[in-house]
Amino acid sequence: MDFTLKIWRQKDAQSQGQFKTYQLTGIGADNSFMEMLDELNEHLIKNNEDPVHFDHDCREGICGTCSLYINGRPHGPQKAITTCQLHMRSFKDKDTITIEPWRAQTFPVIRDLVVDRSAFDRIIQSGGYISVNTGGVPDANETPITTSKANNAMDAASCIGCGACVAVCKNASAMLFVAAKISHLAQLPQGKVEAESRAESMVAQMDKEGFGLCTNTGACSVECPKEISLTHIARLNRQYYKAKQASDYIPDKEEIHEG
Amino acid sequence: MTWYPLIIRSFSKRSIQKILSINGSSTVDEIHKELGKIMWDYCGMSRTAQGLSDAREKIQAVKQQFWNDVKVLGTNDELNMSLEKAGRVADFIELGALMIEDALHRNESCGGHFREEYQTEEGEALRDDEHFAYVGAWEYQGEGNQEVQNKEQLQFENVKLSQRSYK
Ligand code: SF4
Ligand code: FES
Repeated sequence: MDFTLKIWRQKDAQSQGQFKTYQLTGIGADNSFMEMLDELNEHLIKNNEDPVHFDHDCREGICGTCSLYINGRPHGPQKAITTCQLHMRSFKDKDTITIEPWRAQTFPVIRDLVVDRSAFDRIIQSGGYISVNTGGVPDANETPITTSKANNAMDAASCIGCGACVAVCKNASAMLFVAAKISHLAQLPQGKVEAESRAESMVAQMDKEGFGLCTNTGACSVECPKEISLTHIARLNRQYYKAKQASDYIPDKEEIHEG
Repeated sequence: MTWYPLIIRSFSKRSIQKILSINGSSTVDEIHKELGKIMWDYCGMSRTAQGLSDAREKIQAVKQQFWNDVKVLGTNDELNMSLEKAGRVADFIELGALMIEDALHRNESCGGHFREEYQTEEGEALRDDEHFAYVGAWEYQGEGNQEVQNKEQLQFENVKLSQRSYK
């Protein structure tokens, strides 16, 4: 297959970026999108041109490292997959394919198609964890969890932190991502302990990073490779109101001091 | 030892400069794939002394190719994914060479590591507990020198080594 590629090239965060057009021929239909980009880079390097930088790691849809806005959609034209799971057979021969980095101020471009998503890491650090003592494996069935809860928490847990939800949102809101984390942990007994402080601190960090507000448009959920549902946002809101309005939780002196 | 990081840092700096200065004609991916093919063909689940000895030579050729002909553009003062990849492939070459050494010295078939010369009449893995019941850890001896193998004998006090049968 032959393609015309229009790719965003940007030397670093300070430089001005621009689209560059490349012709690529003889690509197999069963090549993955990333193999296609590898191929392009081989040609570029051979011609003494800087290869196109793009993020990737597992290449099997589990790590959340890959990104890319492809023809105006995060993770490309197919539903419920990541860029690394996309194959060239999803395109037509001689297609022009436009490839851009995630677009959001909170995800500044590092180089070409690579953006800095460390804001997500800082949100996770602010509360996306549970405090448990490590040690022996607990007995099976020691902590009963209903199947529906387990399933629902598992659905939320399938968020891979890729940031497509932010990139597609007109407000660049991170609500779906934060909601997935909160909803995952709030539904399980192990996560209940810190549920309130978690909701407060993760939302606070999200705001501090400069992510936009949620207007319930739902584009995030449509483009999410893991099909995270908007109902998790509803659960996040409940958790947040609970923490703000009806909290039993009294922060200790140090926290007040810090906060 | 506290001076280790310093040595490693200056060593890495030198290799990075070297990698960037070669400007040859083989891309990192090309070399990586050649290395992978050697490991796959000769050091996979089923291997022979002959194949491993051949692979030993082939890997040295790949190593030569890397350090004389690799092409990595750009600098070390920017995000440079080709350079990152080159550093990893340089390590993989060392590791591959070591895996081959280790596979070659072990004259037995053990678990998923099947040396074709050592099999039972029924084609099952034939272990040699008398000579190879140990774990080996290879110790780096500086560039260009053969690593030294340290052995930790596997001693079983309460259970006896036996053969598993899936039949
Ligand atoms: S919610 Fe979906 S789109 Fe957003 S980070 Fe998680 S997996 Fe990616
Ligand atoms: S590279 Fe890991 S999800 Fe795409």
